[in-house]
Amino acid sequence: MFSYFLKRIVQSVGVMLCVALLSFSLFNFVGDPINNMVGEETSTEERAELRKTLGLNDPIHIQFGRFVANAVQFNFGKSYQLRRPVSELIAERMPATLELVIASSILALGFGVFLGVYTGINRTGILSNFILFVSLAGVSLPTFVIGILLIYIFAVILGILPSFGRGEVVQIGFWSTGLLTASGLKALILPSLTLSLFQMTYIIRLVRAEIVEILQTDYIKFARARGISNHSVYFGHALRNSLIPVVTIAGINIGTLVAFSIITETVFQWPGMGFLFIQAVKFVDIPIMSAYLVFIALVFVAINFIVDILYFLIDPRLRTKNENQDG
Amino acid sequence: MDFLEITNLNISYPTRRLLVAAVQDVSFSVKKGEILGLVGESGSGKSTIGRAILGLLDEPGKIEGGSIQLENLNLADPATEVSAFRGKRIGLIFQDPQTSLNPVMTVGEQLLETIQTHLQIDTGDARKRAIELLDDVGIIDAKTRFDDYPHQFSGGMRQRVVIALALCADPDILIADEPTTALDVSIQSQILALLQRLRADRNLAVILITHDMAVISEIADRVVVLKDGRVVEMGSPAAVLGNPSQTYTKRLVSSVPPTDRRIDRFPIMNSDQGSATDQNLKILNRWQLQENTGASLVRVKSLSKSFSDESLMRITAKEPVHAVRDVSFEIREGESFGLVGESGSGKSTIAKMIVKLIEPTSGLIFFEQDDITTLEGPALLAFRRKIQMVFQDPYSSLNGRMKIKNIIAEPILHHNSQLGQMDIDHYVDDLLAAVDLAASSRDRYPHEFSGGQRQRISIARALATQPKLLVCDEPTSALDVSIQAQILNLLKDLQEKLGLTILFISHDLPVVRQMCDRIAVLRDGAVCEIANAERLFDAPTHNYSRHLLNSMPKFQP
Repeated sequence: MFSYFLKRIVQSVGVMLCVALLSFSLFNFVGDPINNMVGEETSTEERAELRKTLGLNDPIHIQFGRFVANAVQFNFGKSYQLRRPVSELIAERMPATLELVIASSILALGFGVFLGVYTGINRTGILSNFILFVSLAGVSLPTFVIGILLIYIFAVILGILPSFGRGEVVQIGFWSTGLLTASGLKALILPSLTLSLFQMTYIIRLVRAEIVEILQTDYIKFARARGISNHSVYFGHALRNSLIPVVTIAGINIGTLVAFSIITETVFQWPGMGFLFIQAVKFVDIPIMSAYLVFIALVFVAINFIVDILYFLIDPRLRTKNENQDG
Repeated sequence: MDFLEITNLNISYPTRRLLVAAVQDVSFSVKKGEILGLVGESGSGKSTIGRAILGLLDEPGKIEGGSIQLENLNLADPATEVSAFRGKRIGLIFQDPQTSLNPVMTVGEQLLETIQTHLQIDTGDARKRAIELLDDVGIIDAKTRFDDYPHQFSGGMRQRVVIALALCADPDILIADEPTTALDVSIQSQILALLQRLRADRNLAVILITHDMAVISEIADRVVVLKDGRVVEMGSPAAVLGNPSQTYTKRLVSSVPPTDRRIDRFPIMNSDQGSATDQNLKILNRWQLQENTGASLVRVKSLSKSFSDESLMRITAKEPVHAVRDVSFEIREGESFGLVGESGSGKSTIAKMIVKLIEPTSGLIFFEQDDITTLEGPALLAFRRKIQMVFQDPYSSLNGRMKIKNIIAEPILHHNSQLGQMDIDHYVDDLLAAVDLAASSRDRYPHEFSGGQRQRISIARALATQPKLLVCDEPTSALDVSIQAQILNLLKDLQEKLGLTILFISHDLPVVRQMCDRIAVLRDGAVCEIANAERLFDAPTHNYSRHLLNSMPKFQP
């Protein structure tokens, strides 16, 4: 088991190095970095001087080594547009995005698993069919349409929820949270719902398919034959077995939530990293873009690592794979 | 009145087009302390009856009429609470111990849950009871194994756990649905002995559902023969199986491969289709028949195969699994050579190496004069033409999206691309005729055929290249006995007519006795004994062969 995790860590580091290489080449080869930094009136000598001090004349592998060393310390240089360190900008925006993503993950997982089990057990009920119908809409409608629709209904017509921003935030250390004020919580509802809807419907369908399949297996039939109650057959035996694929998909999806919160953040003018990234793209603000790339990759790698650990906790067959078996 | 009485039971499955009557007017009863065998082929309704007793019919199955009376409870009445008897008074065990335990719960958790569902006792007492049960069904070191997961048990041990689970609430009746079909013979005999002991110790009524006539004749006190949902005959095994009064039972009994002698052909009572021997085999015209000289066709020398985890990122070296160790034998032209062994004995691995699907780790394999491990290019293609395989599972070995004619024509085209379409069509028809399938089969798809018919298609496909050696890997173990008898007859006929050499792989000793001239007994990848079939069965020299033959249930009608 230990060797397995060691292996996974080595793989993760490999992935991160590849992403760093991509991000590095973005920084160095998309346009001339010097041109991006200085004004029109800078002389050729000054440019050459700057090139030297920035180490841009060094061989590529040394430059890459320096980039990685800096990246490990979250040092991605200064934003061209905002003239502030990128790490500072990201740290400022991160809480907003993470709060949004966590809120929508909880919504997606909670409702997704619950409704998935419900529709899996009651396959023919009217309510199940209704849930599946709505979930189909959730899978097929693009996020921005849902977001605008929700804004139209709840902000414009009903006027009960704000249409943009985070509301009032409270500063705790470096972390600015909207979870402690009424207006912050209200502002979180629409964006997190928008962001979670796709994942939620996806999880509903996945859990449902799993439950339906598992209810056909011999061990469920055998559990029933032993007189185990329906309740523990569903929630004790079936749900736990259905979680293995759910954890995989949910894990990857939380990664995509972070990455694709861009659209939701844009629709709701949510001051998170995605919003920052979109602005950076507009101004070709390469340091922010490359830092964002590395950051998202880190989130994905970390989540996949956690998913692998969860496998071990859920599925005992993996735990003993390397030990002796007598079968 | 007997303990459990079933009277005029009718069960049907309404489908969109028609009502399928799965069980019709079935009546029988079971006494305490009695083992009742329910025997029949697939589709006879034997499992359906077992499920119906527990109120566990699969959707949309429904009890249409009749009663299942357990003392004063009518189990067929929908108003009867299932919790009053399911698991509590009646226990059920399934065929496959690999799939009947929840893989993510420990054995102990599953036992505790079941005990506490039925008995109002605290966890400490329940645990004690669970360990006693495990002990009783023969789990060694039950206390420590309590916290193990199902995958940590071997197949036989798992079936013991399943039985312990079924016994949690001290039921009066145990329904065992093919309890040993998925197990090796030596494990099978242990499980059967366990069932007999439990019956005696606990005065259990046991309903043993099986297709295996030998198992029934060994341990059942009474037997009920079912066909298409109806009772054909019932009585003591000696009477019913030894001196059957009904044609169906006679046919069934005659299809069972005898263990004590070798017969030429299985008598097939109502075979309405002429068998291949009676007809002119048209494929013979294409066959370049050579006199079989009895010289060796395949020689295997010091063959070994080990599997190791070859992943790139491997950090800790794992012990490789030695599937085959230093195996040597030869197969002579025209003979049937049998490879026999329990699961994990390496018999299929050897077959795969002989047909060159996997490469040996070390050792030599000669086919005719060629060392096949070095073959490549046209020589390899020629070798592949001469050696063909029939697989175990007739459902997964045919491509479901291809028509039968294309399935059979594919190897013909691959090895002889000059043939014209007309010629191929004729050849396919001749091949279908050779395996007793109607010519109209050619335009149909595999799912339209039964298991036995599919196995015939597989054989036709294997014959398409006019092979010298036919490798049959458990060709009948997925089939009913009467179908098995037909397929075995067909193979014998084809072998005789076409001068085929057959490598026959099986775990089923009676079948091997009927089919093979010489037999190699394998255990853990090594050869124990190679002997003529008659000598092996009459006077085995190796201890393990003796053990295998003793474990084999004897069908003595």
